[in-house]
Amino acid sequence: MGTATFLRVNSLFKNFGGIQAITDLSFELAQGELLGLIGPNGSGKTTAVNLITGFVKPSRGEIVYRGRSITGLAPHKIVRLGIARTFQMVRPFYQLPAYKNVIIPLYSPRVRQLAGGSYGDLDAVALDYLEEVGFERDSHVAYKSASVLPQGYLKRLELAKAIALKPDLIILDELFSGLSLAEVASIIPIIEKLRKEGKTIIMIEHRLKELFRIADRVVVLNYGRKIADGPAQQAMQTKEVQKAYLGAEC
Amino acid sequence: MERRLERIDRGIKVRSEDVFALSSWREMLYLLSPRVVPVLGFLLLPLVLDNYWQKVLLSVAVFALLALSWDILAQAGMVSLGQALFFGLGAYCSGILNHALGCPPLLALPVATVLGGLMGAVVLLPVVRLRGVYFSMVTLIIPLMFVRVIEATKIFGGTEGLSGIAPLPSKWIELYLIVAVLLAALFGFRRMMNSDYGLVLKAIKDNDRSVTNAGINIFWYKAQALFIAASIGALAGAFMTHVYMFVGMPVFALDYSILPIAAAVVGGPGSLAGAVLGASILVPLSEILRGIGGLRIVFYGCFLVVFIVVLPEGIFHYIQRKYHQFERWVEVE
Repeated sequence: MGTATFLRVNSLFKNFGGIQAITDLSFELAQGELLGLIGPNGSGKTTAVNLITGFVKPSRGEIVYRGRSITGLAPHKIVRLGIARTFQMVRPFYQLPAYKNVIIPLYSPRVRQLAGGSYGDLDAVALDYLEEVGFERDSHVAYKSASVLPQGYLKRLELAKAIALKPDLIILDELFSGLSLAEVASIIPIIEKLRKEGKTIIMIEHRLKELFRIADRVVVLNYGRKIADGPAQQAMQTKEVQKAYLGAEC
Repeated sequence: MERRLERIDRGIKVRSEDVFALSSWREMLYLLSPRVVPVLGFLLLPLVLDNYWQKVLLSVAVFALLALSWDILAQAGMVSLGQALFFGLGAYCSGILNHALGCPPLLALPVATVLGGLMGAVVLLPVVRLRGVYFSMVTLIIPLMFVRVIEATKIFGGTEGLSGIAPLPSKWIELYLIVAVLLAALFGFRRMMNSDYGLVLKAIKDNDRSVTNAGINIFWYKAQALFIAASIGALAGAFMTHVYMFVGMPVFALDYSILPIAAAVVGGPGSLAGAVLGASILVPLSEILRGIGGLRIVFYGCFLVVFIVVLPEGIFHYIQRKYHQFERWVEVE
């Protein structure tokens, strides 16, 4: 794990009308680190991710990625710099077969640039990515329309679309939600493999037990404010976090 | 002995991507006939039709081009109610080029196609971020605004329009030019929509946020789709200017917006071939019903409703599905 600051979120504010969704959020992320972004429902986790990925513009504050400010940059430009994300509510292309879903990120300027302009047979590359996230190559699942796939496959498809972008920073928004224990257990090795490849990862999760197995550190949010930052067990011991999760002083 | 209908889907993907297709004449015919029949039909029809129906064929080709243009936009998630905008821009561009600058029709046509395409795309660029019905409403209003601007400012001949525009060199050039353009557009743009580029356009319709999340600038892709669609519409308009030897405010009429949509919907949206098939049915049907007089529109409307209710997927998709299915009666033990 490198020590240089890879991503720096500096005093970020976001308000939607009168609602203060994010208040003075600051944290740093080192290259190769796996950060868990946790907090109760409505604490601002997805808003924070939307701010980092450019889908929502911050009211105030700065986001610096690899020494360059990406505050207010269009989402597709942020992706081109190497930040990919999955969505909490999966967003597949329902009208397309699963493998064609992966062709869209493979067609993006980032991947074409990294591949030096020629990227060969996209269908074959897409099938490789799907196999990597657990689509059995010999089955016909990869050729089925995304509209008929069960939730477990849709989550994997979402992950494959993000990995296909060859990102340096991957943000996984509640990847484990709606999955069975067995499905989560089969996805964790994929995330560990991404770490071994040197990817930096931010995971938003409610499945804390599974997250704590793989996360280096967690940032805890409540009502849009950061209430803890540090190793998982240590962060969970703080009074504020316990109050946020359990709803009472402990 | 009981019998049941057995249905077998032919493996079209395997056949078309494999040398297997060359294994028999029957297989080759199976693959080639959907392409060869419309080509031969459009190429031979001008030779067997009389003068009147040749003009109808021209109209079929022009409305088919407008329907193609609508279908491309619709596949990229932009449902336009104003193909007349593209038609009118192309018509006026070609008319002005010929009337004011003396440009010969065969030069004015391609120039008007590009100019009209550019203008159509630029006019709609500010609203390209709108989705669904909001985009549709704007496209409906803009051609109507152009009519009022021409009427109020009296530019380009005002309500009188521009007449005395040079026709194309001969009737046969007229016919075969538009037929060739239609066939090239149909097969060319079908290939485009089946490529990875077309996949991105279809994905924008499906989930534009997800396309953005793949690092693709959807605004730029939508602008390209707009230019392509506007160019096709402009070419149709420019062509008709030289057929009528006149251009005036009626080129922005609602007919050029509504009929292409009806053609694409009846024919089968999302296939491009359906748009051409729809125009090939609706335009001649309109001519046949002309004899009925005032009730023509009623019959025409009923016909449209029946088509849409009975075959909501569109005629082309129905024919395509049946074509790829092999059905036979088998005895059940």
